[in-house]
Amino acid sequence: MAVNTAAIGKTFAPATYAVGREKIREYAHAVGETDPLYLDVDAARAAGYDDVVAPPMFAVVYSLPAVWPALFDEEVGIDFGRMVHAGQEFEWGPVVVAGDEITTTASLKDVSDRRGNGFFVFESVSVNGRGEAVCTGLWSNIVRGA
Amino acid sequence: MQPGDELEPLSVTPDRYLTVRYAGASGDFNPIHIDEEFARDVGLPGRILHGLYTMAQVARAHTEAGGGPASLKRLSVQFRGMGVPEVELTVTATVREVRDDDGVAVIDSNCEQDGKRVIRNAEAQLRLEP
Repeated sequence: MAVNTAAIGKTFAPATYAVGREKIREYAHAVGETDPLYLDVDAARAAGYDDVVAPPMFAVVYSLPAVWPALFDEEVGIDFGRMVHAGQEFEWGPVVVAGDEITTTASLKDVSDRRGNGFFVFESVSVNGRGEAVCTGLWSNIVRGA
Repeated sequence: MQPGDELEPLSVTPDRYLTVRYAGASGDFNPIHIDEEFARDVGLPGRILHGLYTMAQVARAHTEAGGGPASLKRLSVQFRGMGVPEVELTVTATVREVRDDDGVAVIDSNCEQDGKRVIRNAEAQLRLEP
């Protein structure tokens, strides 16, 4: 089955995520982070930050509201039940802290056929309220038999 | 940090309900991670770990060995196999090079569970003086 490459280059609606202190704590606890910078406002302020710091992989939390709809986009046409997350890359800029509002825009970078499977690469670009790129992500997904 | 140095290995055993907590914390509610019956129906052995949870353990191994959250500049991973709850994950990482021009360490890592790699060919860039 040929993969559908027509949607390559498509950019999806941006999504803005307001980073909350308790959400950072919830995330930090779920992944086992114990650094007080993530958990304790006083410790974060003593280190020069305005509020608790988001762990780098919190990028998943603020990016997903933009990436998720891209995965389900009809033009892209991914059969979600056959999709497997194949690879992930993040590159980080300035750290994100509670109180930041992060706007993420996702796009479809590439679609190819790899031995009969569809290989879909999405890019996410996340920017804070000062216009600084806080994280760029590449999300690679294989769709079996696509 | 010098080429050939190994970071302190990180081991963690995700408990039975970890995937539920990670789903809530991350917003990724794909049922293959939280619904045993659904996972089996689509041919999986049972609920599997979120790849991005496992990647978060790789990230943590680096930030704990480096200078905290501001030190991690880049991380890329390939997911292989499937991680499962209630079995220990171990992240091992080795410094490949330390760049003179920008003080960034390039570090290779893997994450294993029960002798099988669930993340392989991970590559990180860590700022040694953020």
